This record gives sequence, C-alpha cells and structure tokens, in this order.
Amino acid sequence: MIQLENISKNYGDNAALLPLSLAFAEGKTTALIGPSGCGKSTLLRLLMGLIKPSSGQVVFNGAPVPDWIQTRREMGYVVQDGGLFPHLTAQRNVGLMARHLKKPESQIQSKINELCELTRFPKDGLQRFPAELSGGQKQRLSLMRALMLEPQILLLDEPLGALDPMVRVQLQADLKEIFQRLKQTVIFVTHDLAEAGFLSDEIVLMNEGAIVQKGSLKDLQEKPASEFVTKFLSAQRSLVAL
Amino acid sequence: MKRFLLFLLAIATSMAMAQDKQQVTVGSKKFTESYVLGNLAKRQLEKAGFDAQHKQGIGATSIVWQALKSGDIDLYPEYTGTISEEILKSPHPLTDDEITAALKPDGIGISKELGFDDTYALVMRKDQADQLGIHSISDLKGHSDLKIELSHEFLKRKDGWEPLCAKYGLNFPDVQGIDHGIAYTALKSKAIDLTDAYSTDAQIGQFNLTVLKDNLNFFPKYRALYLYRLNMPQKAVDAINALAGKIDEPLMIKMNVDAEKTKDFDHAAAIFFKEEKSVAKKSIWGDIAKNTARHLQLVGISMLLALIIGIPLGIWAAKPGLTSQMILGFTGMVQTIPSLALLALLVPLIGIQTGTAILALFLYSLLPIVRNTAAGLQSIPASFKESAEALGLEPFARLTQIYLPMASRTILAGVKTSVIINIGTATLAALIAQGGLGDPIIAGLALNDTGTILQGAIPAAVLALVAGWVFDLLDLALIPKGLRLNNQSA
Repeated sequence: MIQLENISKNYGDNAALLPLSLAFAEGKTTALIGPSGCGKSTLLRLLMGLIKPSSGQVVFNGAPVPDWIQTRREMGYVVQDGGLFPHLTAQRNVGLMARHLKKPESQIQSKINELCELTRFPKDGLQRFPAELSGGQKQRLSLMRALMLEPQILLLDEPLGALDPMVRVQLQADLKEIFQRLKQTVIFVTHDLAEAGFLSDEIVLMNEGAIVQKGSLKDLQEKPASEFVTKFLSAQRSLVAL
Repeated sequence: MKRFLLFLLAIATSMAMAQDKQQVTVGSKKFTESYVLGNLAKRQLEKAGFDAQHKQGIGATSIVWQALKSGDIDLYPEYTGTISEEILKSPHPLTDDEITAALKPDGIGISKELGFDDTYALVMRKDQADQLGIHSISDLKGHSDLKIELSHEFLKRKDGWEPLCAKYGLNFPDVQGIDHGIAYTALKSKAIDLTDAYSTDAQIGQFNLTVLKDNLNFFPKYRALYLYRLNMPQKAVDAINALAGKIDEPLMIKMNVDAEKTKDFDHAAAIFFKEEKSVAKKSIWGDIAKNTARHLQLVGISMLLALIIGIPLGIWAAKPGLTSQMILGFTGMVQTIPSLALLALLVPLIGIQTGTAILALFLYSLLPIVRNTAAGLQSIPASFKESAEALGLEPFARLTQIYLPMASRTILAGVKTSVIINIGTATLAALIAQGGLGDPIIAGLALNDTGTILQGAIPAAVLALVAGWVFDLLDLALIPKGLRLNNQSA
C-alpha cells in the first residue's frame, strides 16, 4: 500500500539514509527501531513528504505521489510531544482539518465523540487548551486528530517517548487495542525494543542509515542477521534486567 | 434625479466662483521672523485681492526651497546671504542681479529688498561678556573654556562656525548642536555661554544679551526679501514689491518682540499696516482638539498602511535568506534616518503635502511590525510546523490558521511599539506645514514659549500612554486564550 523505492537522503555530504527499498504490508503494524541517528525518523518524514528524498520515490496505492497535500490527508501523524496547536481548544485541534474541508458540523461532532471513546479521552477535556491537559491526554488527543479523517495509514514518531513510565504502559495497552480494532496500516518509530515487540507485527531494525534486519521480534532473536542485531538486542535486555 | 443634477451644478458653480479669487500660497520657516514675514505677505496679498494661504513653520531651508521649486508654495521670506551660500552654493556673496540670473532656470525670482539686514551674530550674556572683556569675536581667543552650543544649521553652513573659526583663528574643540529656540533658554539659565543668533531676534533685548562685534566682517549681509515663483500673477508680484524698503531693523525687532509677547504672529504683522488688531483669542482647548484630531488622522492612516504592508513583509522576512536580510536591513536603515533628513529626501519627490508626512510616518512605523512578525513566526517550534504540514493544510491555511495566530502576541507587541513611535514621530508633520501636535511645539520653540510647546507635548505624551493601555486591552481581547496559559507543550 505504501512503499519506498530506492530512496535516499543526504544532508550535504552526510548521508542520513542510504538508498533502500521497503514495502509496508496493509493492515499490519510496523515498528522502525534503532539507535539515535540511525535514519528511522528520516524514513518516517520521507513517507509523509515532509522532506524531499535525494533520490528515489514514495509509492502510495501503486503510484508515485503526485500531490502531497492531498496524500497527507490520507495519513494520520502523531509526533512525540503531540504537536497540538496551543491557540486552539482540544475540540478545535481535533476538528481542524474536517472543518477546513467543510464537513458538516454534526458529522464532525459524532466523529469526535466516537474517537473520545476509542482513545479514552475524557469528553469534558474537549473545551480545554493543550496547556491544560496532561501528557497522556495530549497524546490521546493527538491520536484523535490523526484518526479524524479516517486515514489509510497511521504514522507515529516516538508517540510515547515523552511520557512517564506508568502512563506509558497504560497507553501502550490502549494503542495495541486501538490498532487491532481499526485493522489499519500503522508505522511507528521507537527506540524501545519491548514496545516494538509488544505493538508491532514486524520490526525494521536500522543502523547508520541502512536496514539491518526486518522480521518479527522472534526472528531477530533467533536468526540475527549480523553481530549488530545481537548487540542491540542484548543492550536492550540488559536494560530490562536492571 | 433632476433636482440632484441641479444641486451638483450649484455646487460646481459655487466652487468655480470661489476659484475666481486667485490662490497664492505663502510659506515660512520655523523661526519667529519668518512666521511674521509670512503673515505680513499674506495680509499684503489679501489686500491686493488674492485668496492667500500661509503654510507656516516649514522645517529647514532645503525643504522650503524644494516646496517653492515644486510649486507647493508660491513665495516665502528669505535672506540674500542664505540664497548665495545655501541655495546657490556660491563661494562668495552674490549681488541681487547675479542671484536673479542664477535663480531664473528654476523658475524663481526675488522681490525687492524689504529694508533690513538680519545677519548671523554670536551672542553672550552681557554681564559675563563685560566681566571677561569680550566685545568682539576676536576677543574670544584664549577663552576656550566657554561652553558653546550652536544651532544645527549654523554648525553646518558654509558661512557658519568652522569657516568663522578659521578666519578668526579660534579653537573650540567641544561645540555641540542645539535648537535655536532652546539656545536662548540655555543661555539665560547659564547652561551655555555662547550661541549663534539673528541680529533682529527679540530675545537679544529681552534677555540682556551682547552681540559680539564682527570686527573682521566675516558674516555676509542677510538682507531680507521674498523668493517667489516667476509664474506667480504679476499683480501679486507688484503687491510684494510694494513692501520694498519699508521695514527697517527697529520695526522688524518691534514686530518680533510683539510676536513673542502676544504669541500671535498675525498681530505682529498687523503693526506694519498700522492696524489695530486685538490679539486673537485662541481657545487653547479648541486648538488642542484640532491638533489632536489631525495628529490621530496622520497616525491612523500611516499605521493602517504600515500594517497592510508590514505584516506581509514580515511574513516574507520570516524565511531565512538573502531576501529576509534585505527586508530587515532596509526597514532598519530607514529607522536610522533623522526625521528632518527623511523629509528633505521626500519633499523633492512628493512635495509639501499630507502624503509626504504619511509616507515618512509609514516608513518609520515599518520596522517594529516587520521585525516582530518575522521573529514571531521564526520562534514557532519546528514540531508545530511539521504537524501543520502533516495534517495536509495548504501553505496559506497553515499561515492564517496556525502560524499567524501562534505569533499573534509578538506581532501585536510590535504594532504597539510602532504606534507609540508613530505618535511621537508624527510631530514632524508640522515641519512640512501639515499640522498635528507638532505645530504648537515648533511654534513654541520659535516663540521661546514653554506654554505653547506643552500644548503639543502634553497631548502627544497622553496619546502615547493611552495607546499603550489600549494595546494592553487588545492583548486580552485578541490573543487566543490558549497562548496566555502557561504553555508547557511549546
């Protein structure tokens, strides 16, 4: 449904992403994981056309993307700190695009109500401004905004990265439930192997601008493609052991 | 419909009839004698049957000269020395015939001389001069501890301070510029010891000052006359030439003293016509209201333009790059041009009119708006910009729905600064005879009268304060509530 063809990204002489091709399976959840600077966030931004590739292209629904403005409306995006606009109430943030596209107000309201239930966002928080919401509430709201136009793909960049551990665990469980209910194509970036294993069907492990291994957590553990995979896994495990 | 057409016809006819009386516009510079001679010419022309206007208190020689050349005024009082040195930039004093020939290509002529000589002079307090034994300019040698402040024009003139020092062999290292009107007060209060003056200034008698003798005959003669446009009606030229030789020094000093005493330049001019005129009972509040209304008009129009142009320029300048540097550089540079210099640049292009004052104010108002708009937009964190883009908003919608509202507080602060600067700067409109609260300030400086100055200065200060408060209220009313909350997500 969405794939990268021979895509690469350089910043001057520095290669952020070496030429690679990658297809994402429809209805599956994929985790992009790797150490800082491995190119996982660059890859996500290329998928949304937020940065221009140095070579190659993004193919969406079988054809190269002709118009990013239209295509992005088929995608939902959640950033680490939520990216909620401080001058708009929760309600306005979520309904921003639907109102911009002049959808009927009744339809917008019922969709927002439906999403409140799906994401467990408290309805009485809809009139509040982002500054009046907790970190977890902000991420739930950001997810609502991303799902508002019923996108074909959901992309999340370290969605739980800024949350404290208790909230994080709760949200991980909620996210898993939501992904399963929506049966949507989900691509998310994380640096936490446990989170990747818990939420995703497939893991793409990256290092230094290249894909090191692609597969399930089990594949990575049992058939590591290189020494780096073993090292990365053991580093994460030792963290858990602590 | 028919009645309406008749009505229009009636208006047109009455306007045509009003124009039967030919209009002549007199100008004057911003010192008492020029105001008086301007009023005197206005009265003389009215007696000759003209509809005479007086645009008084125009900033500097270069500005009033440009106004005459461009036809914004038809005549103004001037001095032969100033014409030779400043306008024609001649290294030596010119005769009247030489001046006539030199001005002809510009379409300007000179009237016959009025009969008095108003030359530059150096003045000191009489008691101090007597005590130090200083009676002539040569006596200044060896008194380099005297505190000297001179009018800006005299400091820069070709027949001014530096050539004078060279001729007399004087050396005063630390000489500052001061407004001519303030110099007398400074001299009287012993803040300074010596300044330049005009030999017919009323204050020389009032403040008991000594005119230092020009024993080496440095100062050229400054015989008073009118400069006029050669296309002025012959009847008007005749009326002005009828004044020839009729004003001597004592009469001019008498009129100057009267003007400073009554604060009514027209009352002073009436002395010449030996007419009894009661001093115009000026309603102070009426004047203040009129000047304030005019001031607000100038500020309002120029601010509106500054907003319409400044905000888009600020948006443009928010994108880092050469264009941004050029926009910010240009608006910043404009801010550093002194107001008198800016007017002197604009008058030849546009003339002496409301548009010139508004353009100058507009230029001075741009920088805070452009800079704050750009800074407000640049300070939006990248994650918000990315979110707005990722949602699929078009560039214009991102700007109007997300970026500008997020930057609104910074932009409003810039507009506030701009309005306050504008209110202060709008007093410069009076330098090109465009009224406003600068009018009493300039007239008061010429008259050396603090009361008159305050009639402009206090309302201007109050306006600036009120504007500040209004913007504090606007901040509450216009800025989205979410931005005023302690924002942890930003």
